[in-house]
Amino acid sequence: MMDTKVGSIDVDAVREQFPALHQLVNNHPLAYLDNAATTQRPESVLQAMDNFYRRDNANVHRGVHTLSQRATDEFEHARATVARFVGARHDHEIIFTKGCTEALNLVAFSWGRSNLGPGDVVLVSNLEHHANFVPWQVVTQATGARMVPIPIHDDCSLDLTAYRSLLEGGDVRMVAVKHVCNATGTVNPVAEMSRLAHEHGALVTVDGAQALAHQRVNVESFGADFYSMAAHKVYGPMGMGALYGREELLEAMPPYQTGGGMIRSVSYERTTYAGLPDKFEPGTPYVSGAIGFAAALAWVERVGIDAIAQHERSLTEAATLALQTVPGLRLVGTAAGKAGILSFVMNQVHPHDVGTILDTQGVAVRSGHHCCQPLMARLGVNATTRASLAVYSTEEDLERLRVGLLEVVRVFGGPNGLD
Amino acid sequence: MGLTRPSGNESIPWRRDILLEEVLRSGPNTATAQMDLTDLYQEIVLDHGKNPRNRREMPDANRTAEGYNPLCGDQIKVWIKVEGGIVVDASFTGQGCAISQASASMMTQALKGQSEAEAERLFEAFRGAVTGGSMGSGCDHEEEPTCDEAAIQDELGILSCLTGVRNYPNRIKCATLAWHAMHSALTAGERVSTE
Repeated sequence: MMDTKVGSIDVDAVREQFPALHQLVNNHPLAYLDNAATTQRPESVLQAMDNFYRRDNANVHRGVHTLSQRATDEFEHARATVARFVGARHDHEIIFTKGCTEALNLVAFSWGRSNLGPGDVVLVSNLEHHANFVPWQVVTQATGARMVPIPIHDDCSLDLTAYRSLLEGGDVRMVAVKHVCNATGTVNPVAEMSRLAHEHGALVTVDGAQALAHQRVNVESFGADFYSMAAHKVYGPMGMGALYGREELLEAMPPYQTGGGMIRSVSYERTTYAGLPDKFEPGTPYVSGAIGFAAALAWVERVGIDAIAQHERSLTEAATLALQTVPGLRLVGTAAGKAGILSFVMNQVHPHDVGTILDTQGVAVRSGHHCCQPLMARLGVNATTRASLAVYSTEEDLERLRVGLLEVVRVFGGPNGLD
Repeated sequence: MGLTRPSGNESIPWRRDILLEEVLRSGPNTATAQMDLTDLYQEIVLDHGKNPRNRREMPDANRTAEGYNPLCGDQIKVWIKVEGGIVVDASFTGQGCAISQASASMMTQALKGQSEAEAERLFEAFRGAVTGGSMGSGCDHEEEPTCDEAAIQDELGILSCLTGVRNYPNRIKCATLAWHAMHSALTAGERVSTE
């Protein structure tokens, strides 16, 4: 029997709290290794959201009745939980959004449209997800600014020398970079990148989607001006996210969307807007989502983010070794200190065929371009297969992956296949 | 900080012993039979996947179209030369999974010598067969409750070895990518997406 105790995490006890992990897929117990796409949710998150609708459901910031007050309290408590989790100075520096994508669009469209102009440069790393790429492309094109890539090395780490020269080239107003790369697992040195950007008068937008569940995040020590989050990638609900923005930046930015709940006064002549965070949250928010998000962060705090990081680090090392024994397999993304995301290609076998064969054995992985087409182009591949880890991942999952990949070799092996 | 187990008297319906019970109850081979990999990756499919026929550009083609699968980013371009209403040559370019490559390869072989009308009929029959009759006219379950495997075999010939894909709904687009491009090349001659 394999020892599933790694670090200070009791993985069995953790797994018991995730209902979705315990099912058969194609007659095999599920080995869920698609956590970079979305994690599963623990019972405490499901219950927190259920409780809201069963007991406290009312609209927030409206009405004086008891339920409305309870809902408002829980909603704002959720904001405070997120603020504390990422080390924000003020709760109102957390804007709730429908996800990381909306958070990044908010920055690009609100800050970008009112601050960028001809001659300005936005640096966008070659590792970026389309969510931190396309908004900047659209906004730079609309404002006459330029989008310039930060190149990467072959191991998928960012080329920091090139980054420094780009900053020294002048005119850089914004740097868009992800904390952890969803396609390669690269962990970018966001603190150092922010320091350098600030020295050159540029701001930094960090896409934190893949970091929050896996390592300690502190926006103050990172020096991030904006930091985006997705609840569903940290054991919380889908359709929920948040943007951290530095107070003075958010204060100066125009609303991104308009409507009810974000105004101070409205007349036919003019509208004045509410303060933070309401200015950026028009309409009825996803209250149960915020509550679920906070419950997820509380769950992570109870388990301990450092213990989770340690657990995933050990598994990543084990997985790297195990995958290298599979004939014809090449890892994509081998930067030092990478996160628990293992992307790979197999000689002559397309990632979709790999994904299907693994699925028949109950092993869930992602195959595709991971919404990183500029990165795939740089790496010279159309797509990769990606296994990604979470707190509940086990060595058994990795063994199932390894055995599954040997089945791929069996099906596709032969004189013109893998060797 | 570690994590404590839920107390023993709580009822947890997703415990592993329940899972085991489910495994035993499900009995052998029902789902496995359906998910038999050899159903999808038949020898001939693997052969065409690894060594696709007619994968080349055709500078003198008079009908071309591109197919794009947004799920994986794969692109295929189909090249067809029609003379006097007959497909005299067909080829394709582009990368993709074994299913899409094999399907494109076998399609180009099947097209040669067919009239445009026959090629269109083949497209409908193939699409119908791989989607299980939900989209095409080749095998309509609503009108014909017993889908006749022999009829499919008859109509599609060797192409019927690709119909195993209908048990893998998220792979059907891989099999139809080249066919949609072919259909488009013969009718409109424009880029298509399988989305």
